[in-house]
Amino acid sequence: MRWLWRCVVLFAGIGGWQLWASSVRSSFFPPPSAIVARMYHLWFSGPAAHLFLTPDATGNILPSLGRVLAGLAIATAIAFPLGIALGRSPVITSYLNPLLQFARALPVVTLAPVFIVLFKIGTDMEIATIVFGAIWPILLNTIDGAATVDPQHLETGRAFRLTAWQRLVWVIIPAALPKAFAGFRLSLSLSLILMVFAELVGSSNGIGYEMSTASNSFDMTFLWSTIALLGILGYLLNALLGGAERLVLSWHADRGQD
Amino acid sequence: MLEVTDLTKAYGRGAAAQLAVDRVSLNAARGELVSIVGPSGCGKSTLLRCVGGLITPTAGRVVLGGEPVQSVPDGLAVVFQDYGRSLYPWLSVRDNVSLPLRRTTRDRAARRAAADGSLAAVGLPGVGDKYPRQLSGGMQQRVAIARALTAEPILLLMDEPFGSVDAQTREDLEDLILGVRRERGITILLVTHDIDESVYVGDRVIVLTPGPGRVRADLPVRLPEPRDQITTKELPEFVRLRTEVSRLVRRRDDSVVPLESGTGANTES
Repeated sequence: MRWLWRCVVLFAGIGGWQLWASSVRSSFFPPPSAIVARMYHLWFSGPAAHLFLTPDATGNILPSLGRVLAGLAIATAIAFPLGIALGRSPVITSYLNPLLQFARALPVVTLAPVFIVLFKIGTDMEIATIVFGAIWPILLNTIDGAATVDPQHLETGRAFRLTAWQRLVWVIIPAALPKAFAGFRLSLSLSLILMVFAELVGSSNGIGYEMSTASNSFDMTFLWSTIALLGILGYLLNALLGGAERLVLSWHADRGQD
Repeated sequence: MLEVTDLTKAYGRGAAAQLAVDRVSLNAARGELVSIVGPSGCGKSTLLRCVGGLITPTAGRVVLGGEPVQSVPDGLAVVFQDYGRSLYPWLSVRDNVSLPLRRTTRDRAARRAAADGSLAAVGLPGVGDKYPRQLSGGMQQRVAIARALTAEPILLLMDEPFGSVDAQTREDLEDLILGVRRERGITILLVTHDIDESVYVGDRVIVLTPGPGRVRADLPVRLPEPRDQITTKELPEFVRLRTEVSRLVRRRDDSVVPLESGTGANTES
């Protein structure tokens, strides 16, 4: 029954917006019906063979998604093993901590000019921006997860003489996973934001590029369409992650809900 | 089988060093169940961890089956008090129980068969596919015992194994341990703070002084086998022993107690 009420609230909200927008007739706030029609026309009216995606969709949405996923993959590949290693090395971590906190506190958007110089305008720069932003939540949460493995779990592993490798795979990594996932969730939403930002700064395609085009040509319906698209993508990616989490952490009683 | 000589463990160094266990000597014959009781903070758990090679003693030696214990020895299994924290919640019950075989047995089917055998031995057939949190506390502690059995230990260390379950379950688990000991001839060191339990399951009861722990008394338990929760506990000998152990545990003097060992006759205060 709960999902039904959720749908009711969702559609009531959109309906209210529709009524309000059609009554004020502001060109800055087009009604949802116009936005949906535009989104369909822009991206989802393609041939069935292309999953109904238009060339505009495959040329912009897919590159953007690719950057987010590549950035997340690189960030995870660096941050997760490093986080496990640092979490199990409290002395090294205590020395590194000021550095980590400093690097994390740097607003990554201020580093974009540096990345533009380093990597030139283009996909490399965009992915670098996403990686540098997404790496910290995963790294810090994984460190925390690996550092706070229940001592009793570790002692049990020693009592039954698991090898170092078995202790890593069977004890430390599973114990650190719930916190690592929490970090990954933060990194996911962060990388969507950074994707848009990097594409606004400098790109020749992507959702952010479409936004800047729409904004420059004062096409408000187009602009709102890209915003709505980002919201939908964020929701879908989060739902996907939630599903993966339920699969991997099914043993974990208070795992993330949604 | 097991000989512990002048085992001492201090935490910290120099003037700040805290003595937890002070020159404890004890031994256990093959198949013997030795209960260790003492007031809280007497270093019971520290003693057990030293015997198991989980922590290194400051001084003294532990010899198991003729071999000095330097690290966790072969043929050792441990059951901890807190089953909720010693079973791995991310592993199925079967994977938890077959854990001791991970190192030694590559054959998956053999591990599985051994785990299912252990689960049957503790009266939990058919729960292998469940996860620990789906079981009650008493059942989880049975799983922990099954895991220890899978290791086919010659020495089983139990650290207040029944401290977190209700009284009825506790009695069932005590009888389970007695049955296991009878069938498999495992030497068991059982740390407990429950005086009735120490007498009921023990072949001998070792009483430690308040911290730092020393051996205050080493009492033989001469109760008929098999033991029974009702009839054993109404025997005059049981009542006499539990009273004596109780008196020894409650004595607060910790410095001037001479080391008493071997018989229960000279331990009256």
